[in-house]
Amino acid sequence: MNGSAKAAILRAAGIDKRFGALVVLDGVDFTMGADEAVGIVGPNGAGKTTLLSVLSGAYPPSAGTVAFKGGDVTALSATQRCRLGLVRTHQVPKPFSGMTAFENVFVAASHGAGLQRDEAYEEALGSLNLCGMLGIANRRAETLGLLDRKRLELARALAARPTLLLLDEIGGGLTDGEASELVGTIKELRRRKIGIVWIEHIVHILLQVAERLICMDAGKIIADGEPHAVMADPQVIRAYLGGGPK
Amino acid sequence: MSPVSPVIERGTAISRIAAIAVAVIIALLAIAPQALSAGAIDRMTALFIYVILAAMWNALAGFGGLVSVGQQVFFGLGAYLAIRLADAGLNPFLALFASGIIVGLVSWPLSLVMLRLRNGEFAIGMWVIAALTHLLVNLDRLVQGETGTSLISLNVYDAGTRRVTIYWLALASMSALLAILFGLLRGSTGAAIRAIRDNEDAAASVGVRVTGTKRLLFVLAAFGIGIAGALWLATSITFQPKTYFNVQWTAYMIFMVLVGGIGTFEGAILGAVVFFLIETWFGGTGVWYLVGLGAIAVLFSLFLPRGLWGTIEERFGLRLLPVGYRVTFPGNTPANDGTAPSLEGTTQLQEKA
Ligand SMILES: Nc1ncnc2c1ncn2[C@@H]1O[C@H](COP(=O)(O)OP(=O)(O)OP(=O)(O)O)[C@@H](O)[C@H]1O
Ligand SMILES: [Mg+2]
Repeated sequence: MNGSAKAAILRAAGIDKRFGALVVLDGVDFTMGADEAVGIVGPNGAGKTTLLSVLSGAYPPSAGTVAFKGGDVTALSATQRCRLGLVRTHQVPKPFSGMTAFENVFVAASHGAGLQRDEAYEEALGSLNLCGMLGIANRRAETLGLLDRKRLELARALAARPTLLLLDEIGGGLTDGEASELVGTIKELRRRKIGIVWIEHIVHILLQVAERLICMDAGKIIADGEPHAVMADPQVIRAYLGGGPK
Repeated sequence: MSPVSPVIERGTAISRIAAIAVAVIIALLAIAPQALSAGAIDRMTALFIYVILAAMWNALAGFGGLVSVGQQVFFGLGAYLAIRLADAGLNPFLALFASGIIVGLVSWPLSLVMLRLRNGEFAIGMWVIAALTHLLVNLDRLVQGETGTSLISLNVYDAGTRRVTIYWLALASMSALLAILFGLLRGSTGAAIRAIRDNEDAAASVGVRVTGTKRLLFVLAAFGIGIAGALWLATSITFQPKTYFNVQWTAYMIFMVLVGGIGTFEGAILGAVVFFLIETWFGGTGVWYLVGLGAIAVLFSLFLPRGLWGTIEERFGLRLLPVGYRVTFPGNTPANDGTAPSLEGTTQLQEKA
């Protein structure tokens, strides 16, 4: 209901993902509008990260299709999807460790956003600045702590100029102050009309940004809608208590 | 506090001096044969070839993360194809470069298969390709198996002319290949190459064309090493497959790069010079020479894993031929070129504190 009301920017239909005999995604349908902010919650191992990987093209689904901006992107690589504006961050940060923070972000600006020289520099510096990393721009990424690596994930994805940004647990382990900084950053992205899909365990951070919440469990979407209603859904409560729906 | 707008710095005053110094050195090397003995000219030619080999392996492994132990395949093919082309009537000097180009062309389809392999598989796969190619070349009647053959058409030139011409060709090839490599690594493709080395999936996720970029690097390295093989043939005239397709060539490349400093542009050149000096002084000592090389490589990987140049760069912030990017804040600190390293120094201190 939420997604179909506005023009859909992303439409995933009938997504299955199996690793050998293990079924990780089981018939996931997910549609969202161009400038929505959607939160995804769910217990560990629910398949949230896997869904993000299938949406971003990191690996192909076992079945189903992904459409972005009205075109079928199921057969497109992660590189191509990024260049179309569908960009993800990684739950376990994947920095370019031998490169400086600036260089990490510059790669995204020049290849993801396709910018040249000064424009690429500006985009990269802007993203670093937005994520509060300008002061450590010259640090090699391998010297950064986990917090800064997560920030770098966000800054790097931003420099690719996404229209839809897929965030995977960028807020874990933050202090209250850091968390509200992060929420501020994400709100700034919303002002820039960037669509957001945000996986996060810390629901109260999520709820400051997300207008719609999805709960996944055992490879399925078990609830989807207004955040507080979703959190109050008996199925969701059961999933979090560990039994799982059955 | 007014916001300072940061500036991206690509070179430093020292690196600009270094660029001029490089040009002067190349010019001096170009006129050096007038002052050098025949033996010294041959040795310098060998040095230029070593620099090409080290720079190419460094680009592939140190910048691109593509560690290969089979690069001798391109060295051998470069020599072999030069023999073939000269036999077909092409001017022997032209044959050297035509051969390099064909090696580059051949490496393209090869890359379609090899670049699907990851890490260790790629390294060993390349070695297998080298061994197979060696066997195939042995089947060529012209080569007569391990007996080998020679680039006889070079003998029409008198020894002096030949020696100096090959010296110049080697110098020109080295300079041109280093320039191409530097341009590539310093550009945005170079940033993509390093990103792929550090994390292929992440590189793809921010829009880097992973396979195409790797292919470009692979083909360039094949081309450069092919030229090096052809030049080596020109200096030694004889072609025995087992000498050219010998894994020792890749071992030398690895040695030079590890000792000089993997992943730094200056390091490969320095490593080639160090290798050249060791060979010049101890090359006559037979098996002890090889034992010594092995021992040095082990010592370096244990105690100086970043190599000579990597260590110098880290300790003194010295960058002569930088390919990276520095963010500086003009007005914040006196805008001199010592800014960047000291900035890094303070942030490191802060981290330790
Ligand atoms: N590449 C893979 N190969 C095999 N199994 C995998 C792979 N990736 C994920 N899985 C499995 O799929 C399941 C779902 O993993 P996923 O990472 O998507 O969960 P998640 O919802 O993101 O969990 P978390 O909240 O812990 O991040 C897990 O059981 C995991 O072990
Ligand atoms: Mg996850």
